[in-house]
Amino acid sequence: MELIYILGIPAVAAGLSLIPMGRKWAPAITILGTLAGLFLSWRIATQTARGMEVVAVPNWISCDGFGALILLLVAFVGFTAAVFSWSYIDKIVAADNVAKIRRYYARYNLFLLSMLAVPAFSQVALVWIAIELTTLLSVFLVSFENTFEALEAAWKYVVLTCMGAAFALLGILLLYWGMGNSGPGSFTWSGLVAAAGRIPPPILQVAFLFILVGFGTKVGLVPLHTWLPDAHSQAPSPVCALLSGVETTTVLYALLRLLPILKKAPSIHGEDWFVVFGLVSVGVASFLLIQVKDYKRLFAFSTVEHMGIILVAAGLGGTAANYGAACQIVSHALTKSFCFFAAGSTLLVVGSRDIAAVRGLIRTSPLAAVALLVGGLAIAGAPPFAVFLSEFSILKAGLTNGQYLPAVLLALFIIIAFCGILFPINRMVFGNPIGNSAPQKPATTTILALVFAAVPVFLLGSYVPETIHELLRLAAFSLGR
Amino acid sequence: MVDPLLTLSVLTKLNALAGGFFLLTGFGLVAMRQVLASLNLFVLQSILLAASAFFLGYQHDSIHLYAVAGLTLGIKTLLIPRLLRRMISQEIYARREILQVLNIPTSLLIAVGLAIFAYFIASPLLTMGDEPFIKLNLPIGLAGLLLAAYGVMVRREAVPQVIGILAMENGAFFAGIAVAPGLPMIAELAAAFDVLIIAIVMGLLTRRIHERVGTTAVGRMTSLKEE
Repeated sequence: MELIYILGIPAVAAGLSLIPMGRKWAPAITILGTLAGLFLSWRIATQTARGMEVVAVPNWISCDGFGALILLLVAFVGFTAAVFSWSYIDKIVAADNVAKIRRYYARYNLFLLSMLAVPAFSQVALVWIAIELTTLLSVFLVSFENTFEALEAAWKYVVLTCMGAAFALLGILLLYWGMGNSGPGSFTWSGLVAAAGRIPPPILQVAFLFILVGFGTKVGLVPLHTWLPDAHSQAPSPVCALLSGVETTTVLYALLRLLPILKKAPSIHGEDWFVVFGLVSVGVASFLLIQVKDYKRLFAFSTVEHMGIILVAAGLGGTAANYGAACQIVSHALTKSFCFFAAGSTLLVVGSRDIAAVRGLIRTSPLAAVALLVGGLAIAGAPPFAVFLSEFSILKAGLTNGQYLPAVLLALFIIIAFCGILFPINRMVFGNPIGNSAPQKPATTTILALVFAAVPVFLLGSYVPETIHELLRLAAFSLGR
Repeated sequence: MVDPLLTLSVLTKLNALAGGFFLLTGFGLVAMRQVLASLNLFVLQSILLAASAFFLGYQHDSIHLYAVAGLTLGIKTLLIPRLLRRMISQEIYARREILQVLNIPTSLLIAVGLAIFAYFIASPLLTMGDEPFIKLNLPIGLAGLLLAAYGVMVRREAVPQVIGILAMENGAFFAGIAVAPGLPMIAELAAAFDVLIIAIVMGLLTRRIHERVGTTAVGRMTSLKEE
């Protein structure tokens, strides 16, 4: 039943947010709703960690270990981003425009609902619909600030991802055909894995390529990534944290679910497609990172890079690399949302997205500066943070498997991206301040959101709780051998 | 009693007719110069999709496919055009040529190439079953999808891009009704409403761009890029 509640709470919260009860009503409802969602998804996580599958409606709404991991990530980032929204949205919306705040929180809850639905649904056609809804329900969050650039970003976002979704739709219908050819079975992820050996390889291949192109657009794989840095930099920062941190992850989750099916048909070389697409994404993103002039775009390109890393890790195969891929999914989602909170607090202090416009942030706003520095170090993959651990385990797995070429290329690109992220952040944080803006006191909820988001970024670098470890193991296992 | 083989042969021919016209509307959407004409072609294409779903439904005796036909007629030929006309009437009734990256003769040549490419992709799959409907609907649906995608890429204005995306969904469904006639009803219902949400969201966004920027030539919006 928890799964139904998890999907129901944001829907109710979206409705309640629209009631005109003053400026604090909608954010308070949203924070309470997301907190309840986080609590329920933790309960689902503990149940699935024991190896059970949580079933709400058989063959339609159910959740295994991998799904519970993604559900937990979405719920966690949904909660921290709601806390961060409290003062952020209050500051960027004019004082007399309470209706705009209500609309923001209603859309926020609906967007969260669509993302929670992706791992909660097990019927593949419904997963496609949930993924399509993540786009449609977040378009007006991307265009929220209503500037010329935000509208351009929202338009590119909706056109490209809807095109991708149409390709993915055909792929999924072909998959259904392939399954129908092989005899009875339910059209769920587990049903597909069970029927995988009987699906005719030509159908599986064409279906896979359509889904790869379709969902790949939404994940931001090069060369289909062009919308991603725009949308992920123009949206309000808490929305960026959701878009970059977990929206890409949920779609990638659907893509990774195909991997065990593909592994049953060796003639398709599904893993090689993953490795090649992943390496191209990591490579192109790491070189594009170097010349970025906008610090939110910097983190957006880093998302493209990390999606590539996860894809390569999953494509390399083997227990160790699969475990690394699962770790990387978690560490990326947590760290990237923290980075966007840091970027958001910087934006509130400085008022410009330009890297060149920010110098000596440590003097004007120590909190934003420290957060930016920690976020930069953590996402670039410096020890002792979570990303370092997962990237290291992926590279190690690649080398022990004897897949030297992808592992070495991956290491090279990660090092380039490391420099590309840390040089600009170093210049922003240290150095002599431009102008003489007075030090500003950050809002309490901003500090709280940063602290909440920072805890797992630090913690998972050194210690993984038992439940999370079990979920990671189950997720790695469901990527197939 | 009607001979089932005769019914099948008549249905196959009727479906082939719908399919042929469906492909023609796909080409028409690439060649059309005016927004209103594109919208009308999209409506025609949706009617053909509904017709094909009806023929298939008759053959399979499937209530699902009748539902698809009904939903397509209701949503794509009545509701969506009406909504688009209401939300962005200035754009739709504007009597001017659509901005394009490539001119129309070149576009049509590329479109022919894409249609051949669609048959090339589909041909290894056609040996999988011996059902006449799949042999027709799969390559034509695929061609419809690719032609519409090409249309979205070369058109530089908002409304033709919306129509292109809706036509892509038409292509996917034209293939889908033949290959996946047994898809659960809820999935079909949800997909139909999904198309409606696409039209509403993109229509509202177009209107907002028009209010804020003064034009819907989205191809000219290029302030966000790497230096």
